Amino acid sequence: MRTLFDKVWEAHVVTTRFAGTRDAGGPALLYVDLHLVHEVTSAQAFEGLRLAGRRVRRPELTLATVDHNVPTGDRRLPIADEIAAKQLSTLVRNAREAGIELHDLDSPDQGIVHVIGPELGLTQPGSVIVCGDSHTSTHGAFGALAFGIGTSEVEHVLATQCIVQSRPRTMEVRFLGRPRAGVGAKDLILALIRRIGTAGGTGSVLEYTGEAIRALSMEGRMTICNMSIEAGARAGMIAPDETTFAFLESRPRAPKDEAWIRAVDAWSGLRSDPGALYDRTVVIDAAALGPQVTWGTSPGMTAEITERVPDPADAPSEVERQSYRRALEYMDLSPGTPLAGLPVDRVFLGSCTNGRVSDLREAASVVRGRRVARGVRAMVVPGSQRVKAAAEAEGLDRIFSDAGFEWRNPGCSMCLGMNEDILAPGERCASTSNRNFEGRQGRGGRTHLMSPAMAAAAAIAGCLVDVREVISRN
Amino acid sequence: MEPFIVHTGRVAALPRANVDTDQIIPKQFLKRIERTGFGPALFFDWRYLPDGAPDPAFELNAPKAAGATFLLAGENFGCGSSREHAPWALGQYGFRAVLAPSFADIFHGNCCQNGLLPVTLPAKAVQELFARYDAAPDGYELTVDLLTTTVRDPRGFESAFDISAYRREMLLHGLDEIGRTLQQEDAIAAFERAHR
Repeated sequence: MRTLFDKVWEAHVVTTRFAGTRDAGGPALLYVDLHLVHEVTSAQAFEGLRLAGRRVRRPELTLATVDHNVPTGDRRLPIADEIAAKQLSTLVRNAREAGIELHDLDSPDQGIVHVIGPELGLTQPGSVIVCGDSHTSTHGAFGALAFGIGTSEVEHVLATQCIVQSRPRTMEVRFLGRPRAGVGAKDLILALIRRIGTAGGTGSVLEYTGEAIRALSMEGRMTICNMSIEAGARAGMIAPDETTFAFLESRPRAPKDEAWIRAVDAWSGLRSDPGALYDRTVVIDAAALGPQVTWGTSPGMTAEITERVPDPADAPSEVERQSYRRALEYMDLSPGTPLAGLPVDRVFLGSCTNGRVSDLREAASVVRGRRVARGVRAMVVPGSQRVKAAAEAEGLDRIFSDAGFEWRNPGCSMCLGMNEDILAPGERCASTSNRNFEGRQGRGGRTHLMSPAMAAAAAIAGCLVDVREVISRN
Repeated sequence: MEPFIVHTGRVAALPRANVDTDQIIPKQFLKRIERTGFGPALFFDWRYLPDGAPDPAFELNAPKAAGATFLLAGENFGCGSSREHAPWALGQYGFRAVLAPSFADIFHGNCCQNGLLPVTLPAKAVQELFARYDAAPDGYELTVDLLTTTVRDPRGFESAFDISAYRREMLLHGLDEIGRTLQQEDAIAAFERAHR
């Protein structure tokens, strides 16, 4: 009896007898099916290869795009930041020299690396996928084993198509019941991180199961797996099913015809056997959750929108009391303040967590026919050119523009603020991204993480608000 | 990679939990295409005031932390982004090891790739080290020994630490992981034949 993780892991072990290690707990050499590359964590890896006289072993299993450091404004203008421009042109040169497919700024397939892999059909069940980015866990939504790596490991994968990994533990996260209206994937994952903490998944691969997960779209499943890393997990996984196959069928790089039938047949066995053992199981009642919002500077500092800012004195340990105090000072919040009603200056809709068409639809359904509150700057940054084109074909761009949102070009943008999309010191932001760390969206900026519907509602209300109240006013 | 065998040096203490890699090296410094030049940017937002002067309230700017080669920190150190710029910045600042009750997985791996030793100690041992640091007005010195996997000070503190046999060997000898994996060419090629 094996878990989904066991099956994918064991199918990719090249050897466990290498590098002089003989102990049973030693690492394995795992084969990598898909290596995703972007501009920020790859330049030093390619340089390392050059210095050592090594070549890229399987360029055809490698895909590159530009996302972290790209401007999201007018793409016809030259890039003003010279250092950023050099980093982008370095990837162009490295990809060309190595024969790696690259979706550059002018490509109709450019976008956030974790958005384009799935939409092209390259992210497939049962594969091992790595990328020099912690949110690689996103791809686990398809039943892949996908995890982020550092630049030295990027170089290792380029040179060997393998990665050295110690075998992680497994944790089942079971979401019971169906979430209520106004509660979605983002709320489920924030509630989990609140429960187990930002180190709760350290050393583990999470497998998400239960009725609430089965009922989710692929986009929702990606949102959940994406933030596995915020719980400290190595990866998150969801067993593929009809929803997965329907998403992948007819994608440009998915198998076709006979190969498709064979693939679905093989993928159908990718689920944990009945009675398979996990090292730990966490159960969450999805039906009991309300919309979630973070109040602090760590994704675990989460509460329901109906709650108040907690009092550090109530934190369970001295370490947490100190963390809470520091977070409240940075966020300029006082214990006992209701979260609903906190005024926001900025709203960001986008990122690899929530930058897909269904996320934009969810937000647009709240925005339609309304106006962004006076004094609030709100922006939509689609996850990819394909997302942008699909949203425009549905008229979502008009809904956002008419309401006063900026409709921008794809990239990571204000999720990490490497480009010019950043908060000013002291600005408070309702954000659909994944990290509320100090300074993440700009030095001194204050981030509240939430779902696309909640962020859209905050833009309209000008403050944090329970999206269920906004919907009910329709 | 520079090997780590045994090192004695001064300690800088950062008694905070969940220090993330965005703090260790903020994003505006990730545009460089070199592996070097990150030391001055370490903990940038905490280390400098908005006018660029060192913030005297930040722990690493304390006189007793000057010249430190060990960083002592709280649990879940290095969480968040996979940016290897974080261990590059710590190493280029002068740190040879980070001592904490726990580390985030990707950061832990990145440290080992760069000869920056992640020393995972029992929480009680870390508390004791913080106390000894606080009680030493002119600075506090430690020895970290990877051969015996122990941490000790001249006044009787000693604690064993955990590290996998594989990581320990790589660090002790400063080995090139890619070179070792390439020695598995036969196994890799056999896997490719069987699976493609």
